[in-house]
Amino acid sequence: MKTETQPATGGQTSGKQPSGRTRTSGGPAFALAIILPPRFTPERVRNDRRYRTLDKYRFIVGFLALPLLFYAVFVISPFLQAIYYSFTDWAGGASANFVGGDNYVKMWNDEKFWDSLQSSLLLLVVVPLITLVLGIFFAYMITAGGRHRRGQAISGVAGSSIYKIVYFFPQVLSIALIAVVWQQVYSSRSGLLNGLLGSVGLEGLEQRWLGGDYKLALFSTMAVIAWSFVGFYVVLFSAAMGAIPKDVYEAALLDGAGRAATFFRVTLPLIWDTVRTGWVYMGIQALDAFAVVLIMVPPHALKVTPVYLYERFREGQFGYATAIGVVLLVLSMIFTLIVMRIGRRDQIEY
Amino acid sequence: MTRSSTEKREAMSAEPMPTDAVTDQQTASATSGSEPAAGRRAAGRKDGGTGERGALNVFSHAFLIAWVVMAAGPLIWVAMTAFRPTADFLNDPMGLPTSIHWQNFANAWTEAKIGRYAFNSLVILAGSLTGTMLLGSMAAYVIARFTFPGNRFIFLLFAGGMMFPVILALIPLFTIMDNMSLLDTRPGLIIAYIAYSLPFTTFFLTSFFRTLPSGVQEAAMIDGASHTRTFFQVMLPMAKPGLVSIGIFNFLGQWNQYLLPLLLNNEDENNYVLPQGLAALTVSQGYAGDWGALFAGLTIAMVPVLVVYAVFQRQVQAGLTAGALK
Repeated sequence: MKTETQPATGGQTSGKQPSGRTRTSGGPAFALAIILPPRFTPERVRNDRRYRTLDKYRFIVGFLALPLLFYAVFVISPFLQAIYYSFTDWAGGASANFVGGDNYVKMWNDEKFWDSLQSSLLLLVVVPLITLVLGIFFAYMITAGGRHRRGQAISGVAGSSIYKIVYFFPQVLSIALIAVVWQQVYSSRSGLLNGLLGSVGLEGLEQRWLGGDYKLALFSTMAVIAWSFVGFYVVLFSAAMGAIPKDVYEAALLDGAGRAATFFRVTLPLIWDTVRTGWVYMGIQALDAFAVVLIMVPPHALKVTPVYLYERFREGQFGYATAIGVVLLVLSMIFTLIVMRIGRRDQIEY
Repeated sequence: MTRSSTEKREAMSAEPMPTDAVTDQQTASATSGSEPAAGRRAAGRKDGGTGERGALNVFSHAFLIAWVVMAAGPLIWVAMTAFRPTADFLNDPMGLPTSIHWQNFANAWTEAKIGRYAFNSLVILAGSLTGTMLLGSMAAYVIARFTFPGNRFIFLLFAGGMMFPVILALIPLFTIMDNMSLLDTRPGLIIAYIAYSLPFTTFFLTSFFRTLPSGVQEAAMIDGASHTRTFFQVMLPMAKPGLVSIGIFNFLGQWNQYLLPLLLNNEDENNYVLPQGLAALTVSQGYAGDWGALFAGLTIAMVPVLVVYAVFQRQVQAGLTAGALK
């Protein structure tokens, strides 16, 4: 166990642990000390220099073994297997024949796959924009929208913590619960949305929000995902904005900057790193959109790629489904790279 | 005692004023080179400013309140509808409850089995959260505080696991679980929760353990404590703030988990966890036409989480945003 775990990972770090220089009598007592707890270890062995190293490594191995085992068996190995299986005709059984790029060719010619990918890509592009803009807007309102106080260039609104508490509600709820709630809100027969439109005399705008038109279903899905994440970004960005020193704002005010200029020239550049991280995270969430679409949207109206993958899996096309998963992985990596590239600018220290 | 502290506070809050004014003037003369700039600003603050700023203040409150309505509105509507008989609701989805109608909650608890699903979730969470925190902190401590060959590799291995979409791993995971006879069992689900929570937990706690002072650890070792004892009795208590943050993160993440149980715990409806049960509810209650029970079920699932969140809101917000700020 011990000897297996260590060298397998090695090679990268400085191995400058003190190795026993005094190679005195080792023998069976020392070998036994590997499994004995310190209090049962003979004094002679415990005073040996090498015993400290042994004790340290025994501890390291003991503490790392179980977490690493779980992680390797249930996380790393499935990921690696998935990449391998995407090149096979695996149907869940014991046999999986290597078929090269057949699954990918099939995907290329699969019109339904492309339809689902179109929805997923639209979500990937649009949802982060809506969510981040709303998040930054409300965060700025909370941080800088307050009544002006003496001696402060910038002040938060009264009751800012109440706003943040309520905005954050959707984040603590299960995405499954959110999908069910919104399914009821969108319900064409007895939903909140059509009910509201009806009660203010706009019956003409009542819609079958989810079950009818593709575009409308896509738009409704975007709204739900954005709705559930705006609060998260308000909290995140207002924390980032709160970390900007007040004298930066004082200086901007003295230079005659208005609210808009202060925001675009001071606040936004200073929180840009957080915005970029949030953008990547939101994009990956939007690309997933699995639970919301699976639970909330009727299958005929709209499919996103993860739901399409799940359906192929339920049909037993394991090889094909993993190939779709690999495409999703590549897409999220490309997205991350693009955002990190677009958003790159000089680090500002303050 | 109280008076002196208030006086002190007043003194402290008054203090920034003069220093402010000095720095203001200095900056003003440095940037524009003229005294009147500071004067203009001071005047603007007194009269014209308050009016304009006051209007903006109302403006910002209007936007902020609008989103309060957006964020809480659907949830309040669900909670209110839960108290209305289904027939009333179908006539007028917008109506207010006329009397408190508890029948829906009884139906949700017994017929729609919300109680059972919540119990399942609790059992799973008790195992998975304990396991995640224990294994995560053990791995993080060793990675953060010991030098050994492969240390950085293991750290990157955990960190890298955060970037992969879980859905890619799910299909092989399904067969691995099946081969180990862990599919559709509680231990299987608990192990999966732990394994998929480990990357972020370990990553987060590693950077947390690195910030702790090393002197205490050395002192404990010199006093004769073993490595294990140093970890459990000295380092873990010191890491409490970090453990609370990541604990809340994992608590909510695992309580709300939908993808893993959908795949690994899909056989027997009686073993569903709460999110699965809620998703199944739309189908079953839709057939039964018992929308009241659906809304009551959603309310039962929603309210405890929101109440706990409202009590610990500061820690929860810190815990959930911790990942993005790192």
